[in-house]
Amino acid sequence: MSHDDNLPEVPADERAAMAAEEPLPNPGIEPHTPRPTDVDKKAEKRAERQVATFFGLSMICTILFVVAYFALDIKDDPDTIGGLGASNVALGLSLGFALLLIGIGVIQWARKLMADVEIVEYRHPATSSQEDREATLAALSQGLEESGIGRRPLVRNTLLGSVALLGIPAVVALADLGPVATKSVRKRTLETTFWRSGTRVVNDVTGLPIKADDLEIGQLVNGEPEGLVHVPEHREGVTYLEGAALQIEKTKSAVIAVRMQPDEITFSRRSPENWSVAGILVYSKICTHVGCPISLWEQQTHHLLCPCHQSTFDLADGGRVVFGPAARPLPQLPITVDDEGYLVAQSDFNEPVGPSYWERDSE
Amino acid sequence: MSSENLTSSVADTNAGEPAAAKKGNPAGKVANWADERLGLATLAKKNLRKVFPDHWSFMLGEIALWSFVVLLLTGVFLSLWFKPSMAEVEYMGSYDQLRGVPMSEAYASTLDISFDVRGGLLMRQMHHWSAMLFIAAMLVHMMRVFLTGAFRKPRELNWVIGGLLILLGILEGFAGYSLPDDLLSGTGLRIADGLVKATPVLGTYMSFFMFGGEFPGDDIIPRLYIVHVLLIPGLLLALIGAHMLLLVFHKHTQWPGPGRTEKNVVGYPMLPVYAAKAGGFFFIVFGVTALMGGLLSINPVWKYGPYDPSKVTAGSQPDWYMGIAEGLLRIMPGIETHLWGHTLSWNVFIPGQLMPIVLLMIVLSWPFLEAWVTGDKREHHLLQRPRNAPTRTAFLAAMMSIYGLLWAAGGNDILAVIFHLNLNHITYFMRVAVFVVPVLVFILTRRWCISLQRSDEARLLHGYETGIIMRSPEGGYTERHLPVSEASAYTLTARQRDQVYDAGADADANGVSRDGSRIARIRARLSRGMFENNVQKPTAAEIEDAHHHADEVHELEHAMEGHSADGHQFDGRHPVDGEELRNH
Repeated sequence: MSHDDNLPEVPADERAAMAAEEPLPNPGIEPHTPRPTDVDKKAEKRAERQVATFFGLSMICTILFVVAYFALDIKDDPDTIGGLGASNVALGLSLGFALLLIGIGVIQWARKLMADVEIVEYRHPATSSQEDREATLAALSQGLEESGIGRRPLVRNTLLGSVALLGIPAVVALADLGPVATKSVRKRTLETTFWRSGTRVVNDVTGLPIKADDLEIGQLVNGEPEGLVHVPEHREGVTYLEGAALQIEKTKSAVIAVRMQPDEITFSRRSPENWSVAGILVYSKICTHVGCPISLWEQQTHHLLCPCHQSTFDLADGGRVVFGPAARPLPQLPITVDDEGYLVAQSDFNEPVGPSYWERDSE
Repeated sequence: MSSENLTSSVADTNAGEPAAAKKGNPAGKVANWADERLGLATLAKKNLRKVFPDHWSFMLGEIALWSFVVLLLTGVFLSLWFKPSMAEVEYMGSYDQLRGVPMSEAYASTLDISFDVRGGLLMRQMHHWSAMLFIAAMLVHMMRVFLTGAFRKPRELNWVIGGLLILLGILEGFAGYSLPDDLLSGTGLRIADGLVKATPVLGTYMSFFMFGGEFPGDDIIPRLYIVHVLLIPGLLLALIGAHMLLLVFHKHTQWPGPGRTEKNVVGYPMLPVYAAKAGGFFFIVFGVTALMGGLLSINPVWKYGPYDPSKVTAGSQPDWYMGIAEGLLRIMPGIETHLWGHTLSWNVFIPGQLMPIVLLMIVLSWPFLEAWVTGDKREHHLLQRPRNAPTRTAFLAAMMSIYGLLWAAGGNDILAVIFHLNLNHITYFMRVAVFVVPVLVFILTRRWCISLQRSDEARLLHGYETGIIMRSPEGGYTERHLPVSEASAYTLTARQRDQVYDAGADADANGVSRDGSRIARIRARLSRGMFENNVQKPTAAEIEDAHHHADEVHELEHAMEGHSADGHQFDGRHPVDGEELRNH
């Protein structure tokens, strides 16, 4: 197949007419213009010295790199030189220039001193020649013929079947990547948090339990169930979690406790009055959109804004979504006070917290 | 040492010395030894002087390639100290503010790399910066290829490989960004978990398999680590290899110009010029990355603290290449469907899963769609100027406007703070703008391209504007035009005429459409939409006409030679010889 056959999909006569229509002839490659370094010995020597200077400076930078490596102790100086660290800046500058100067030198060499005559190479169509295609097809059919794969469907089909079946172990063997999220697994994982009846709400930094009187009107406190924040002295009867278990429970159990004027709160079936204590409501801190912890509190409007995607919830109205991509209100934790006056949960959340998932019954 | 020497050294006899390699030439001996075993000379003779055309825009892909090499080098350094483990440890390193804080080993070892391994912070920052550079260069390179039509036959498959490279590069970036297990990256993983959970039917299962149970668990960092250092880099390396092999096989595209045709490639030979330029450029990319690592702070994880699923900072942002996904998530209205005890979160599923797949499909399939509309089966090695493919250029501009809007939407909180705007208003604006702005940008860009085509045609037919103003005897003013150089004129015409596809050709003799003619009509409409308004290059006759006209003007000008047109001779007080026009 010649190159031309591969070109336009237009009939030959039309193609000839198109060629005739070409408005201007191709003038051919411009003649080569010599550079100063091609004709002027002095310019050539100068360029040579320039290139060598670049390489020489690079060597100095490399030595400076080694000096900086040993001379500057990073432990003491992470905040020096604009907060970047003296060692980091010195190493970066010396390594950077050591590399850059080699690059600049080589390119200068190519531009000034290497031959700059453009040369021409001919292209060949990507396609194979007709003979090659025929030879390949012949070889292929001969090979297939000799294997008998076409004549022996029993062998072929059982082979295909057996290889295809091997895909199953490849998938099955990955089943232990994680527990299968069956209904019972979901029940004790996604749909259960660390909150139990009587679990104290504690401040998420100090770990101290919160009394109703500690909260002022308009104040919002980030809370956790007791046991998820470590305190110097562990209280008896409380399980304190660590490591992965702690992280998993924090993902679900983090809450916000907020106190508002009771007459500003709209109680409803979703948010009954007996879930609150003296205008204090406790909501899940985990956004119902994709699970960021929500934390930006607008006191005047009772709105809580998620810093990730700006879903906004009205805490005075059952955690209703007032703006943004979240589709469901924040789950509310029913609370009461224990005999010492601390805020405690009446029970776990009565719906799964956090982002939606296929099996979530949200009706 | 010449190649004849090498190739003639056939081992037809075991007696005596091999034919090549003079004594005392160690390089020759090594070459001979290698060639007898590998046959390198045959391979090298074709490629050592392989021609590469020169243009600055061909460097963009090179930036991506070299930053990938920098990523490999700095990544190996980091892997010597990084511990991909989520086991809880108490930090005891040099950074005061976090000493004694419980954290994952991954985070603690990242702090160690930053504060206790000399050069570690530099390598971390270089690794992160070159990742930014890698993805950015790939995207800009893709735009270059798109705008110039370099993806056309026979390079469609290389376009697809390139698209996959960008996808893998983004996944690789996200995996690496997540490894330090700091507060910011942990929040990113939490969002990824939310996206996975929104998958209809399988979401919960997929999330549990990813995290080894509930989020975050203690499996995800070691798993992401092996994905980040072996699985995706392996795929990237293989695809980059294929990308480069195809580049060599097809030979590089070139800009049209004198002597440059569809059948040749004009440029500098690989050895020495291109090898020096490309090799030198590697050092430049590496050096710039080192300067960035030394002087520009990036991802200071020690400031964020270890990941705690109950904490987040205001103004949280992912790395820039995730910005459009972030923007989509932020402006999507909160819609969920609750049916029969199941939840389908459109608000997460559409922006988080459907849109990225749709976007990728559009990107990967474009060369095939365009070839189908144009019906063009020819090979194309000459690049097109963006203006000469107005619809395609306008499409990219529209896509870029969506990209930019979503990017801005991904930072709507930052915009609200900086410009004192209402966050909600920005979001409402974006919800409308992502549909309206691209349409406007498309129309505007398309007309702009066509105007540029017209200006090219004017330059070709009437020459360029010299800036010399001529005053005619009647008092009219004209600007003198001079023809453009032969080379420029040829370059302007070195493009193919667009052919509008005609569906009528598919109907039979009685005008009755055959099967599939509905598709043919769609194709014809698309083809008309794409090409109908384009300016086609003039024919030889049109150029002839224009030159003829120009000659007349020149004659007129010539006739006035010798009368310097300072205006005084026409003021009526001076006689003007030979100035018949004045008497009219």
